[in-house]
Amino acid sequence: MSTEHKITKQQVNFKVFRFNADEDYLPYYEDYNMEVTSEEVVLDILNRIKWEHDGSFSYRRSCRHGICGACAIKVNGRATLACKESMTDMIELFGNELTIEPQSKKRAIKDMIIDKSDFWDKHADVKPYVVTDVDETPTLENLVSPEDAEQINDADLCIQCGACHYSCPVVEVNEEFFGPAAFAAAYRFESDVRDEIGTQRLEAVHQTNQGVWDCVKCFECAEACPKDINPIEKITSLHQMLFQKGVATSNVATRHAVGFKHSIARNGVLDEGGMVLYSERAAVVKHIPLALNMFRKGKIVPPWGIVKSENLDEIQKLVKSSSTAKF
Amino acid sequence: MKKLKYALFTGCTAKQSTPEQYMSTMAVAEKLGIELVELVEASCCGASHLQDYDDFLSLVLNARNIAYAEKHGLTMVTICNTCQLNSAMTKHRLDNNADLKARVNEKLKEVGLEYKGTSDITHFLYAIIDDIGLDKVKEMVVTPLSQFNIAPFYGCHNIRPSELQNETHNSPENPYNPSSLDDLIIACGGETVDYAEKNKCCGFHVELQAPKTSAILAGNAVAGAMDGNADWIVTPCPLCHLKLDTQTGHLSKEIGRDVALPVLHMQQMIGLALGCTKEELGLKHHVESVDFV
Repeated sequence: MSTEHKITKQQVNFKVFRFNADEDYLPYYEDYNMEVTSEEVVLDILNRIKWEHDGSFSYRRSCRHGICGACAIKVNGRATLACKESMTDMIELFGNELTIEPQSKKRAIKDMIIDKSDFWDKHADVKPYVVTDVDETPTLENLVSPEDAEQINDADLCIQCGACHYSCPVVEVNEEFFGPAAFAAAYRFESDVRDEIGTQRLEAVHQTNQGVWDCVKCFECAEACPKDINPIEKITSLHQMLFQKGVATSNVATRHAVGFKHSIARNGVLDEGGMVLYSERAAVVKHIPLALNMFRKGKIVPPWGIVKSENLDEIQKLVKSSSTAKF
Repeated sequence: MKKLKYALFTGCTAKQSTPEQYMSTMAVAEKLGIELVELVEASCCGASHLQDYDDFLSLVLNARNIAYAEKHGLTMVTICNTCQLNSAMTKHRLDNNADLKARVNEKLKEVGLEYKGTSDITHFLYAIIDDIGLDKVKEMVVTPLSQFNIAPFYGCHNIRPSELQNETHNSPENPYNPSSLDDLIIACGGETVDYAEKNKCCGFHVELQAPKTSAILAGNAVAGAMDGNADWIVTPCPLCHLKLDTQTGHLSKEIGRDVALPVLHMQQMIGLALGCTKEELGLKHHVESVDFV
């Protein structure tokens, strides 16, 4: 049986982001029409733009094996590790008009090259390493059991490419927010049995405005990650660890999470107004103008008007017997 | 054709802050000849916030909801993207982890229920596309929406994570270039508006804890639709609807630009095209007036 496969060719128009921070006032796009073969990956296209069209075209590249994370860019808005994505897949996803852009247009220095310092600073802030007193003259191996190693999960596979970070809408609008890669790193070292940092890392990710409570739960990071690390899964784990390790303090975000359990135990369904009151406490007054607007349009049901779930006793029994959060 | 029948998981919002969504779901189901058996026993899905606090409890509660759909022998249909995420994610996790499924069933046994994994879970949008077909919807249109430019707003939890899409649908949506809602707009006779924010986040889930972030994301979405010359926005998610419709003053303040557009539920758009009355579709329940009908 022949294993030979057929190489196909097609014309693709690439609309490529161009910008030189030293010379250009604004970025612009240049079109490159090229014949692309099914053998090529996106990095081949970047190389060909430089080699065949414009030697000044700039981008980062190094390993060509999906492990250094340098060549991360965006194709039609999708985070793409250029050396890993086949052109065939790109054309299947988006057709024959492809827009090539850097990970973050506002951080562009030259073409695909961005200033990634915000990413590295935030990454460093969560102490992405094992903090422990090292015995410099050990007499025994420092063993970690397979069960303990499993806790780290796949978070160890992160190559710091920034795909998730620059796909996160919160990073885009809030400069303080750590972002999914820093959170995944925080999770990875928080889950390491050798680490002796205590709750420092968790305290960092608990902070309002910077921490996990500002995550919008959009799953952009899960889509973006070329290593399938699923950062939002780690963010959810950090949320849970904050409660489990007693780091979570009472604030609008933590009360919002806890409030669901209380509301479900009482009604089965959510009491929307009650939830806002429970989460906000006295600060609920700031929502009064909105509540009045909604009330006028028949969008607010008073507590006594809520239609509770049928067989509520089952729900109440399950809330009691299945709760793993005992606090 | 055999009459389509589903178990309807309304979610909490349709019974409280978006009554028009419940009304229009029922009106459109009748027009389309769909029978909906409401899961009146269902609890809240946890909205991905209970999941941050008590993961196992959220699995048990969602498995209980699905178990009721299974008792009816029906596919569960959701009308909220976040209900869809949490229900489908529960199914995904239990169907792929026998040990977890056994632990959940141990709890459900206490109330005489069992999660088997026999019911599919799909959002109403995809039930219409996959089971009825847009050609059929097109045939049934009596009032084409041809005079409207309509901006689709997909909502995160219907299109991400894509692994749930891939499990649920024959032709899974590309989260970077989704088409289902655009196709539905075209089937209803409308013009679709293409804009960068159509598959982005509305910010609803951090409305209380990060109001500024939330308002900027929603404000940018409405602004994008306006710049695309949209007459109105349509969304399959009541949470996106609430975020985009009810507080445009705040959104405008945070993005430094006046933004406001009517935001219709997907069911209301279909209803308009199929000849439902504005009373049936609950159009008076919008904060941004739907004054074009």
